[in-house]
Amino acid sequence: MNKTWIVAQREFNSRVKKKTFLLSTLLFPILLFGFYAFMIYFSVKGNDDLKIAVADKANVFNGKLESDDDVQFVLMNDSSKAILEKKVATKEVSGYIYVPEGFNVSSDNLNIYYGKTIGMISQERITRRLNKLLEQKRLLSLNITQAQLDSARKSSTIEFKPATGDKEPSKSKAGLAYAVGYAAGFLIYIILFIYGTMVMRGVMEEKTNRIAEVIVSSVKPFQLMMGKIVGIGAVGLLQFIIWIALGITATALIPLLIQGGDTSAVQGVPGANTMVQASQSSAFATVMNSINFALILPCFLFYFLGGYLLYSSLFAAVGSSVNEDPQDAQSLLLPVMMPIFFAIVIMTKAVNNPTSGLSVFGSLFPLTSPVVMMARIAHGVPDGVTVWELILSMVLLIIGFVGTTWIAGKIYRTGILMYGKKPTWKEMWKWAFRKA
Amino acid sequence: MNILEVNNLKKYYATQKAVDDISFTLAPGSIFGLLGPNGAGKTTLIRMLTGITYPDEGQIIFNGRPFDPVNDILKIGYMPEERGLYKKMKIGEQALYLARLKGLGKLEAMENIRGWFTRFEMQSWWNKKVEDLSKGMSQKLQFVTTVLHEPKLIILDEPFSGLDPVNANMIKEEIFRLAKNGASIIFSTHRMKEVEEICDHIILVNKGRKILDGTVRQVKQQFKENLFTISLDTIPGDIVSNAFEVQVPDEGTPKDTLVVKMKEGHKPNEVLQHFLQEGVNITAFSEVLPSLNEIFIRLVGDTPTTRQFEKITA
Repeated sequence: MNKTWIVAQREFNSRVKKKTFLLSTLLFPILLFGFYAFMIYFSVKGNDDLKIAVADKANVFNGKLESDDDVQFVLMNDSSKAILEKKVATKEVSGYIYVPEGFNVSSDNLNIYYGKTIGMISQERITRRLNKLLEQKRLLSLNITQAQLDSARKSSTIEFKPATGDKEPSKSKAGLAYAVGYAAGFLIYIILFIYGTMVMRGVMEEKTNRIAEVIVSSVKPFQLMMGKIVGIGAVGLLQFIIWIALGITATALIPLLIQGGDTSAVQGVPGANTMVQASQSSAFATVMNSINFALILPCFLFYFLGGYLLYSSLFAAVGSSVNEDPQDAQSLLLPVMMPIFFAIVIMTKAVNNPTSGLSVFGSLFPLTSPVVMMARIAHGVPDGVTVWELILSMVLLIIGFVGTTWIAGKIYRTGILMYGKKPTWKEMWKWAFRKA
Repeated sequence: MNILEVNNLKKYYATQKAVDDISFTLAPGSIFGLLGPNGAGKTTLIRMLTGITYPDEGQIIFNGRPFDPVNDILKIGYMPEERGLYKKMKIGEQALYLARLKGLGKLEAMENIRGWFTRFEMQSWWNKKVEDLSKGMSQKLQFVTTVLHEPKLIILDEPFSGLDPVNANMIKEEIFRLAKNGASIIFSTHRMKEVEEICDHIILVNKGRKILDGTVRQVKQQFKENLFTISLDTIPGDIVSNAFEVQVPDEGTPKDTLVVKMKEGHKPNEVLQHFLQEGVNITAFSEVLPSLNEIFIRLVGDTPTTRQFEKITA
């Protein structure tokens, strides 16, 4: 049997049979989504459980100050300023508003006195709500009726439509394409890192354990490297299949959750609005269908594999060149990681503007295309990317990974048996391009 | 037919001639000592024989045909000086993996592993991990994985380092047994005592060049200094002979024993005749052959250890 295959089997089995494999596979998405959910929750929630006492002697609010989850207004119109001060001191309330009798809504300032500092977001929110009420009070004092006020406040619907008379894309598509493109690109970026470093660690392990010399007396170094790359790639694919299965289950559940939830809470989170709108429209399913998953999934798989093959061989070359000291690995890794960082920067531009010059370049250049192209593909063919660009990008990626594997194989072959000092770039260059 | 013929092998690196024109042959079933100080080029030579690196010049004939690294390495077992095994892998699986990389099928590999594990009383280790083994145990495992695929050529680099005398003896017996069954063994070491015990044939390499080649006996004959020890019941007072000279005794020489050096053109029998005429009783008489250790030190003792950093002018 082919030795590369035997090596790949070992790499695959030794990782998948570990007890931690299933655990980490299941935990990773939970942690990732948990992390984002956590961030969104806190950016929305602001300061928790503020209780503001209001002594409205001038009755400017008409008792209309409504409380919500974060800020609770307690009307205490009878209390004097001293009593309120006391309540703040005893921490019964977080702060108070004292509106003196004869308060002039047009000219006087309203003060909020606080015990403990109130967070920026909560301040902003309180200000907005108070101002709205004060504005209403001012307008009503000009003898405008409530009905007039309501009709003046109504906002017009403004829609974006293509000028050329093309078939109108779904309203929510741009937002969803943004989300899908961003997620797919970001996922590939994470994958390149996780599995790339996994390959690098594996190579370093073999080198520091000194088993490399035993193995290369049985298989060619290139077979060993490819076996490792293929084996770990298979681990990645397996994890992916598990995640996709989890994802399908989750997408079946998420619409129910979002529709049931309080949508006002998500306001102010970028991207969340469009998601909520999409889910709120009864045609959630049709919006999902407007994203061409039949195109995205195979492309995702292709760019995942292509990107992985391209980068993992570079990671393997780095792993073969360093010795026990992990610090060496870091400095050698930097040039390998730079293009991935650039890719993520270009990708964030490309999800907004998939046809700009930078996006096109980034999606063709093999070192960045796996991440950037996903952002463009999410917008569909030919809206986001033309067919020939897609084909050219794929061909370049294949040429790219053949090239990096070839160069990395040569560095690996020499590096794996070299002990002692860390090689310089010049030496590695020589390893890569000398004959036999 | 020789299992291995090495003709004018050369491997030059940028800063040194690692292997410089080395030739030797290896007969089936022989145990061959590859000797030399650190940095002499032994590892480079071995790496060429195992197909890990390629020679710049010269030829390796394996089993009668030019060396074909891809296929011939399946018939070679190599145990490097720097041992290595996967620490987290189970021992049985590890042996199986290494055997299959040497081209063995699963069943055949399992059968061989069982045989060797039984011989070395390692059956109970199967599900243990290498990190749980002692140094000596992992050394034994390393030896087993080297010979599992029944190689025709076995290359052992310092096989006894780190082994206690019992285990060292066990491995030594196995080496003899493998050689008897027809395998050829290249044995690289610094320990001359082991070489004298085990090897039929040796070469000594220094600074990338072969400086000595022959059987252990031949080499000793070549470097003998015509010294003899003679033990007598009484040592005569004045010993004057034109055939030999009495040497200043070493610290270890017994009181009743003299060390004599033959003069050019005289025979050992003349020593006996001399003492017979003196009328003393001779209790022992034997030739003093130099130990390999002494030869080794004499030949390479003055080599500077900084050879690696010299610039070559080739």
